[in-house]
Amino acid sequence: MNHDFQKDIAGCGLTGLISKKRTRVSGAIIAKSLTLMTDRGNGLGAGYAAYGIYPDFEEFYAFHIMYDVQSARFSVEEYLKDNFHVEKVEEIPTTPVPEIAINPLLVRYFISPLKDKVTGSGGEEDFVVNVVMKINSEIDGAYVFSSGKNMGVFKGVGNPSVISKFFRLDEYEGHIWTAHTRFPTNTPGWWGGAHPFTLLDWSIVHNGEISSYGINKRYLEMFGYKLSLLTDTEVVAYLFDLLIRRHGLDVETACTILAAPFWKDIDDLDPDEKEMVTALRQTYASALLNGPFSLLFGHKNGLVGINDRIKLRPLVAATKDDMVYMASEESAIRAICPVPEKVWAPRAGNPVIVTLDN
Amino acid sequence: MFKSQAPPIFRATIDTDKCIRCKRCIQNCGWSTYSWGGDRVQIDTSKCVNCLRCYHYCPTEAIEILKEETRFKDNGYWSYNHIRNIKRQAETGGIPLTGMGCDREGTILFDHLMLDACQVTNPSIDPLREPMELKTFLGKKPSKLEFTKDKNGKRKLVTKMPPNLELAAPVIFSPMSYGSISLNAQKVLARAAKECGILMNTGEGGLHEDLKPYTSNIIVQVASGRFGVNPEYLNAGVAVEIKIGQGAKPGIGGHLPGEKIPLEVAKARMIPVGTDALSPAPQHDIYSIEDLRQLIYAIKEATNYKPVSVKIATVHNVAAIASGIVRAGADIVYLDGFRGGTGAAPGIIRDHLGIPIEHALAAVDDRLRQEGIRNEASIIAAGGIRSAADAAKAIALGADAVAIGTAALMTMGCTLCGKCYTGNCSWGITTQRPELTARLDPEVYAVRLSNLIRAWVHELMEVLGALGVNAVESLRGSRERLRGVGLDAQTLDMLGIKPAGR
Repeated sequence: MNHDFQKDIAGCGLTGLISKKRTRVSGAIIAKSLTLMTDRGNGLGAGYAAYGIYPDFEEFYAFHIMYDVQSARFSVEEYLKDNFHVEKVEEIPTTPVPEIAINPLLVRYFISPLKDKVTGSGGEEDFVVNVVMKINSEIDGAYVFSSGKNMGVFKGVGNPSVISKFFRLDEYEGHIWTAHTRFPTNTPGWWGGAHPFTLLDWSIVHNGEISSYGINKRYLEMFGYKLSLLTDTEVVAYLFDLLIRRHGLDVETACTILAAPFWKDIDDLDPDEKEMVTALRQTYASALLNGPFSLLFGHKNGLVGINDRIKLRPLVAATKDDMVYMASEESAIRAICPVPEKVWAPRAGNPVIVTLDN
Repeated sequence: MFKSQAPPIFRATIDTDKCIRCKRCIQNCGWSTYSWGGDRVQIDTSKCVNCLRCYHYCPTEAIEILKEETRFKDNGYWSYNHIRNIKRQAETGGIPLTGMGCDREGTILFDHLMLDACQVTNPSIDPLREPMELKTFLGKKPSKLEFTKDKNGKRKLVTKMPPNLELAAPVIFSPMSYGSISLNAQKVLARAAKECGILMNTGEGGLHEDLKPYTSNIIVQVASGRFGVNPEYLNAGVAVEIKIGQGAKPGIGGHLPGEKIPLEVAKARMIPVGTDALSPAPQHDIYSIEDLRQLIYAIKEATNYKPVSVKIATVHNVAAIASGIVRAGADIVYLDGFRGGTGAAPGIIRDHLGIPIEHALAAVDDRLRQEGIRNEASIIAAGGIRSAADAAKAIALGADAVAIGTAALMTMGCTLCGKCYTGNCSWGITTQRPELTARLDPEVYAVRLSNLIRAWVHELMEVLGALGVNAVESLRGSRERLRGVGLDAQTLDMLGIKPAGR
């Protein structure tokens, strides 16, 4: 087990929106919201996750991959061709901006696993997860930004407006967006280190520091996850993957595990509920996320916002028609939705769970 | 009879100007160091063990216990104890006995580990103002939970939870039998365990009638002598512990001489009065891991599946052994490090066999994780836990809870004189002499022991708060919150921690 790592520490701002009726919204909107929170980033990282942007390829896993070196692209593509049907390959369209002198090579792939390569009980999704783990941990200079269907992540080193301009975000339309601006305190910016972090169609943007990182990491390693990025946020993404996809728990139960209620409050629950929450805390003690955080968790069916159990990081939510907004600051919401119907600050540990209409 | 060439270690002195001839020192000393000489107290200093009972009970502070200045010539290789033991062995032909844990100097890993604290990027938490959770569950946990939903969409738990022991804090009392310690000492442990919401352990001495009101805070132990074991005993406590070994004396058994088996001890142990109580070195029905599995399941069957703990001394292959114990069905693995205490052990065994708890704990926690079975059993770390700081570090290395024996006895007056095996404990702890045990008032000393646990609880909360977490499970196994100072690369690697500065 690897213990000799250097952990990344960062402060942050985040924002997200969802249209329950799947109305697609331009990336320019979310960029406007994020760009407002200038004090929450220092220009060393910004990123966006978008859902519903690839309707023409919705059957295919959309891999966004960054390459630091050309040779890594050869290795990855050889590996992908051996294991996937590759429907389409293209470089992610970008616009040169003066603030970005050097950028990594950014390529997207629309692929589906070859049937005879998918073995074991985990099925197609486990197979894809293993491929992502393998590329990230074994192929130097290659890193998978995102790997879900009909979604993608655009992120890099720069402030929010630079990154949105660079990736031409105004050309994309999605029904869920999350976004993040970063304030790293100890590492030079690395494109892969920006948020969102993803696995399949899960994406996480996160503000805070997971003080329980050490045990969360070791817990995930027991289930075969390889934590290669050394950031808190990676832990959150993998925990959601473990709890929801592999253990089959619903989003609400996963949130009960990650920001567990206090024992004093559990004592007040009715006996059935008390037994259940006690069992959750006993079984998933090592998955408790402790320390200050607010985070947005996007997935193919919805968006979730959640705080740590004593709310040591800000999170505000608002609704307007079928739209739900969540952000670090109310101003970031009002920048794109000046007159919301309802604005509230979710309580500590109480998730805001929004699901897309069927 | 010639004068022993093993010189006295201490010099008991009485200031005759201050002495009022009240004779309390004579009365209090369990070793007969003092006697009445007609007009003054006479001192046989070779009998003094420096337990300080007389010092505390002298009303005029006339007593001073000094280190005997007359010593063998200093030698950097032949230590005082080497020379003294050779003299004693030459005189007796026997094995020098010791009590309490190994007192040899040497690297103490706990003292080289430093805990983390929050600054700027994450806030620390004030335990006096915010909730701070130490609640701990010992026992098997499922690797995942399954739920179904009823018609109204309400979730319902399908997974059956294995039985777990609930502790208010991650600290329990280590096993100490009635026989090795007095009934009053056991009562102190039982009362404090109940008061603090934690557990005590009978050790291998049966369960005395007087402890029955406390059984919801008692683990009963089954060891190689099977003393006091019957179905009622197995079912009396909240869990059963199988003792394979003890940190202070790995690989050897025990011998409680017949003189220390009065009626009450005999009743609890279910043996005749005055017979020697021999605990064989191995359990003679456990010569292999598969035998252990049979005993674990026999006990589970007999107790309607209460949690079973297996206690071992930390020896060289502790990780593989612990893994086998978990796979054999144990709910708890109790690791007893080489610094762990004892009522009696040959010095050679106590001081030279086994490995430190810090190494063993790290190795076992790693191994169980590598094998994906860490959830199958809880780990208790014991054998030299001296403070809440040691406890916090042990938890960060991977322990679910720590067990304390020596520290608990200190609240009853123990000064670590190390002469438990003589049965003369002047504090009434490791003796069955009625005039000595009567000194230990369970009510009074239970308050002191509860105070200690309460103090450690506060300290642990402060540490968690400084770490910026509000539940002990967020420190458990979180070695990222430890750094090593002055440890070599290989030791750091074994412990799975980084050096300070990285």
